[in-house]
Amino acid sequence: MPEFWSVYLPEPWNLVAAGVVAAAALFGYIGISTFFAIWAERKVSARIQDRLGPTRVGPFGLLQSLADGIKLISKEDVAPAGADRFLFKLAPYLAFCAAFCGFLALPFGKGLVALELNIAAFFMLAVLSSEVFGVVLAGYASANKWSLFGGVREAAQVVSYEVPRAMCVVIPVCVAGTLNLNLIGQQQTGWFWNWNLFHDPFTFVAFFIFFICATASCKRAPFDLAEAESELVAGFHTEYSGIRWSYFFLAEYGSMFAVSGLASLLFLGGWHTGLLPFEPSEVWGFWWGNLLNAAVFIGKCWLLVGVMMWMRWSLPRLRIDQVMMTCLQYFLPISCGLLVGVCLWLLLVPAGAAEVVRYALALGTAGFLLTLIVSLFRYPPMSAPRGQLPGAWDGVRTPLTIQIK
Amino acid sequence: MSLPVVLFALLATVTAVSALGVVLSRNVVRMAVWLLFTLIGVSLLYLLLGAEFVGAAQLIVYVGGTLVLLVFGVMLTAQGPLRELRTPAAQLVVGGILGAILVSLLIVVSYHIVLPNPPEQDKLPGVASLGLAFLGVTETNPPAALTGLPEGTRVARTPVAYLLPFEIVSVHLLVVLIGAAYLARAKRRVQS
Repeated sequence: MPEFWSVYLPEPWNLVAAGVVAAAALFGYIGISTFFAIWAERKVSARIQDRLGPTRVGPFGLLQSLADGIKLISKEDVAPAGADRFLFKLAPYLAFCAAFCGFLALPFGKGLVALELNIAAFFMLAVLSSEVFGVVLAGYASANKWSLFGGVREAAQVVSYEVPRAMCVVIPVCVAGTLNLNLIGQQQTGWFWNWNLFHDPFTFVAFFIFFICATASCKRAPFDLAEAESELVAGFHTEYSGIRWSYFFLAEYGSMFAVSGLASLLFLGGWHTGLLPFEPSEVWGFWWGNLLNAAVFIGKCWLLVGVMMWMRWSLPRLRIDQVMMTCLQYFLPISCGLLVGVCLWLLLVPAGAAEVVRYALALGTAGFLLTLIVSLFRYPPMSAPRGQLPGAWDGVRTPLTIQIK
Repeated sequence: MSLPVVLFALLATVTAVSALGVVLSRNVVRMAVWLLFTLIGVSLLYLLLGAEFVGAAQLIVYVGGTLVLLVFGVMLTAQGPLRELRTPAAQLVVGGILGAILVSLLIVVSYHIVLPNPPEQDKLPGVASLGLAFLGVTETNPPAALTGLPEGTRVARTPVAYLLPFEIVSVHLLVVLIGAAYLARAKRRVQS
């Protein structure tokens, strides 16, 4: 990027221009992703709860987030009388800055990264773990006991879940032998059995543990104890309104996309489709190859974010003691065991056996997913005549149907 | 003025001003926030110097861990006298004198240090050599000459590995962890 600008601008200014363009592109990416993710969240929740969701604004309600945004900008920006005004105003920006800085080290394709760091995986962990600070400060500065409870819960939860999350990052890093996310992505070029997910049984399990811990550290349901509506009004953002409130949501969706990107780079082959046995940006030219790479990478991020939404609207919220117990009694020992296991696997298992296990895992998973998808289409959708129930209650009359003459 | 100098001046100003904020503010949580900016400034200085690993470690240890625990503790405990700290005049005087002595010492020493020789290769060593040194591989010493010594002294550099210190620190941390878990365990009442 600086090399490109050095044609047009002298020495320090090409660096400045490259930085500004990269930051603007990342900001735009986070903004547009959040725009559509909020729409998708409402649609997903609506469909899961047998509703329609937003339909009025634009086709399929796609512009709902725009309407919401206009409403949020035009709302009054109030702070409670007892609040620490400086910290109250600062907190949303701190939360957003942490989520934004995570994207600096995230490659969207081969070399398609704002800042190529040798320790990108470690840097992302460090930056994403400081997002909690904004939430804790918001909880403190609001001068509201519900907010304070939310902030304290968030601090306890994130500090605990950080440990198994970091352990699960170390597992694919052990396999790859580098912390550079760009190199980790390049090592997984080719068919999908080259992905770190299928390297051995330990990385396979580590992906799921990582994904759950990442969900918890993004304070997403079923781990959204910091904003548990049924107990704490709205938790740490009870007192926020208007544009500051929306910054918290920008931070939440930003960190969801950041951890999903980290998960897809570390485990799911990064920007590779898994169905092309070469690196697209080297064979199909710079623009087409990188366009495909970025599209595949963003698609994988959306897939993982979609799973997070699916989990959010399907599972009930845990209690705070259950959240802490899940982390400290289960995830922490499991991730320690996985780390030891992957080290022993790399040292002891002969190459031939490792290859067999790799193909078995990859093809088994692919076969399982294919059968799942086929079985979704094999049966016709459940339907029942009017006034009766479908499925296991076949033939039973429902008392809820309104009789229309 | 090159770009690194401008960036350094900016970062150093921000870090120093927020360090002053830590000292001068009265509210404990405000102090923690100023400390947050100081620590982030220091980690950015490391990143500016090319020490990526140290910068990220600074962030994850101090910002993500220590400072969050600090604010957590303050929020749980701070009430009345602890939330508003008023420094007595005597402490201000003693602290000011100690700070002035430290600053003058640092200035004097920094004028005596000769400028470091630029290393042979321009590329900075990655984090891999650090990890290998922790595992006891001795061939990972940086090739450049030692800097910061008075002019004329030559120090022969012996190959050093850090396996023993690393292990000692690791075992120490493990002992601390087990001790903390022991202290925080659920206490059962003795049946009498």
